Amino acid sequence: MSDVQTYPVTVTVNGKKIQRFVESRTLLIHFLREELNLTGSHIGCETSHCGACTVEIDGTSVKSCTMFAVQANGAVVNTVEGLANSDGTLHALQEGFRQMHGLQCGFCTPGMLMRAKVLLSENPDPTEEEIRHGIAGNLCRCTGYQNIVKAIQYAAAKLNGRTYQEAAE
Amino acid sequence: MGARLFGASVQRLEDARLVTGRGRYVDDIHPAGVVHAAFVRSSLAHGLIQSIDTSVARTMPGVLAVYVMSDFAAFASGPLPQLAPHPLIQGPITYEPLASGEVRHVGEAIAMVLATSRAEAEDAAERINLDIEPLPVAADLAHALDPDAPKARSERADNRLATLKTAFGDVAGTFARADHVLKETFTVHRGGCHSMETRGVIATFDADDRRLEMWTSSQSPYLVRRNLASYFGLDESAVRVRAPDVGGGFGPKAAVYPEEAAVALAAMMTGKPVKWIEDRSEHFLATTQQRDQIWELEVAASNDGRLLGVRGRCLHDNGAYAPYGAILPATALGSFPGPYALEALDISIDIVLTNLVPTTPVRGASRPSVAFVLERLADRVARHLGLPREEIRRRSFIRVEQMPYVTGTKARDGSPISYDSGDYTAALNLVLDKIDADGFAARRAEAASRGKLLGLGLASCVEDTGLGPFEGATVRVSSRGRVIVTTGAASQGQGHQTTLAQIAADALGVSLENVSVEAADSGKFPLGISTIASRVAVTAGSSVELAAQQVRRKALKTASHLLEAAEDDLEIENGVVFVKGASDVKVTLATLAQSLAGTAGMRLPGGIEPDLAATAYFESTALTFAHGSNACEVEVDPETGDVRITRYVVAHDCGRLINPLIVDGQIRGGVIHGIGNALYERMIHDDQGQPLTATYADYLLPMASEMPNIEIYHLESPSPRNPLGVKGAGEGGTIPAAACVISAIEDAIGPGGTFLRHHPISFEEVAGLIDTRTI
Repeated sequence: MSDVQTYPVTVTVNGKKIQRFVESRTLLIHFLREELNLTGSHIGCETSHCGACTVEIDGTSVKSCTMFAVQANGAVVNTVEGLANSDGTLHALQEGFRQMHGLQCGFCTPGMLMRAKVLLSENPDPTEEEIRHGIAGNLCRCTGYQNIVKAIQYAAAKLNGRTYQEAAE
Repeated sequence: MGARLFGASVQRLEDARLVTGRGRYVDDIHPAGVVHAAFVRSSLAHGLIQSIDTSVARTMPGVLAVYVMSDFAAFASGPLPQLAPHPLIQGPITYEPLASGEVRHVGEAIAMVLATSRAEAEDAAERINLDIEPLPVAADLAHALDPDAPKARSERADNRLATLKTAFGDVAGTFARADHVLKETFTVHRGGCHSMETRGVIATFDADDRRLEMWTSSQSPYLVRRNLASYFGLDESAVRVRAPDVGGGFGPKAAVYPEEAAVALAAMMTGKPVKWIEDRSEHFLATTQQRDQIWELEVAASNDGRLLGVRGRCLHDNGAYAPYGAILPATALGSFPGPYALEALDISIDIVLTNLVPTTPVRGASRPSVAFVLERLADRVARHLGLPREEIRRRSFIRVEQMPYVTGTKARDGSPISYDSGDYTAALNLVLDKIDADGFAARRAEAASRGKLLGLGLASCVEDTGLGPFEGATVRVSSRGRVIVTTGAASQGQGHQTTLAQIAADALGVSLENVSVEAADSGKFPLGISTIASRVAVTAGSSVELAAQQVRRKALKTASHLLEAAEDDLEIENGVVFVKGASDVKVTLATLAQSLAGTAGMRLPGGIEPDLAATAYFESTALTFAHGSNACEVEVDPETGDVRITRYVVAHDCGRLINPLIVDGQIRGGVIHGIGNALYERMIHDDQGQPLTATYADYLLPMASEMPNIEIYHLESPSPRNPLGVKGAGEGGTIPAAACVISAIEDAIGPGGTFLRHHPISFEEVAGLIDTRTI
């Protein structure tokens, strides 16, 4: 291992500036999970289809299995571990997923949450159809998506200062 | 008592961790000094291993060891024990941890590399050279029993593993007397499972104590323990198996896999913790799959539209190994006669070996297949007689006044199956009402005005749930008054922590937040079976109820001594036992637990046994039967064949609901699984058994953008067969869903169109079935 070439990477992860040396082939998801012990982001396929590894990079959604860690040099990366509000309360999306039963096994949930965060920053008040298309790159085998949609609608309402009226289904 | 939690849609206790990234799945566990495994797998569907050259791999950076089967000789040899022995299945038909002679499907593990990182292990695995002499491949189910068919396993005489049969009534007489006998052939497809978390396992071995410890992403940690302890010649007490958070199961994670044995063996060989996380490619190649089945059936019906009898044969593709015995095809036999009061039935199932990955139960096991063929036959009879589809069902259903209804078939233990409760006609009428079947003609006309074809689909089913014998539970009050429920039943997203806590909290008069559920750790609870077959609410739920009621009685008895009051005068609320009408005369559950924990030199109150705890094993001696009817509308584009499901309505009866929010979530996810089976999911192999759809670019899982909202309505026919009145809910969504969607597509194509006999159906196929000249 000692003769493997490594490269310096500086990234800001969940508000903290981090510097490490990594192999050029290290994927960002492996860097997050193994180097930084941020195991909230998951690996579901490693072919960029399932979205379980979705994180926010410089304000966009990125499937972190499709990117090398060295490519994130200089970037601002946010993961599910940094999603809660600074006072420790749950983010509106995390609250929405709980309230609306938007998760079962929980494996896709961190990726869904991080995708939904960027979706709401791009489109603060999406329709159901816009949400469904917006999360189409994130697969869930448990929920059938319906309550994930509701969870995102709940969060959109809360972030827009409204009360979400519908119950979970 | 406070408001009952049983029946309330309380939020899940699991979620706070899972929405903040604090879930703990197998891959999140990093024992100190862990080494990583990668497997070398067969690229051929059938062949004889001639040589395995590991010389280069052993010298690669970071490599600790390279193993083939013979390296394990000090600890194990031969195939793994049969998980579920069946008298009709002869000979070893299970995997070796690593294949040593014949390989029988693409993806079978042959060699194993251990390295300090997974990347290094994979690098080295690529440098292992396999010489495999190809053998003829049995990949075509339809012809696998032909006399000249290639053999999937060269040690066997042919590809017939066993033939299962079920029959009742005067079959010949019923068919001879029937006004109508129709014959059809149906095919259902081998899809995958695709829990979003793949499989994964970590093993550690203490050579001094000869103790094996494992974490595994399993529905059956206790079966893993039993199987591997037996294989390694260890006492079960020396093997601890835990299932941590598991990212979906859906059936395949109930099996015990060769990789679990190989990882354990690697830990025994090295003395180091060994970890293997399946990647998605391996999941496509080596995790068990659904079922290819070909059904040749005849149905007998009367002029007035009653289904009288069904007979015929099923070819069931078992794949190359039978780790799970005959359970998957056996669930097909047990699923007849569905909701129909048949006079006669005669079904045989040939379990066929092929050079494909084994099939084991996936959400519903063979029940969705049987629902598909029975519902197709009901629609076929309706079409033949010119009667509405719902009328065939109303006239053929088992009626509520016939409950309990002895079907004529037998359960796995040989006992006669009887349906316990349920009003099947009520469920059908409810779903037709909710989808507004009366208004369908107008909606169809409106769609036609837009150039679209609208179809209404219907499907009903009965589901056996609560499979015995048991899941047990211990309920204990801690010295701080916390209620700890311990059970063997593993969870893969079903919310057991919440539902089991609801039951215990009600019984003991504590808040939900004061209950913890610890599950699926053989070091904490002695016995367990498996989270399969929609059985945990019935088995573990009932055991929690029985144990918690025992603890309640013990608490009241202890309190009556401490408070000098009669037990009948005591009540429990919010963790406090008090005298009714004198609530200041009280003692906390915490104090009671402390008093039964003992103090040196002091007598226990009232001579009561120590420990404010009880263990119960509710034995589920008879299955309990959930049922439901589904209806959906599809809109078909006649040019492209594109099918959109515009409405999907479920009427479901799983007895009393512990938590409607969770039950609905189970049903909804299940329906989507069935829609995937109907329209999207195809595990295609070529004639040499090579998988052609082994990424999510080729194998399509349902996405948010295509899936409908699912409307759910409940009927509640409590089961008389357990103390809670519950029935299972984990698979009832999936079972009728593919049948319902296919029925709707057929209806959209129109009464003169092709009768549909298979799923999945592609949009291209649908387009080909539509005669655009008539539109």
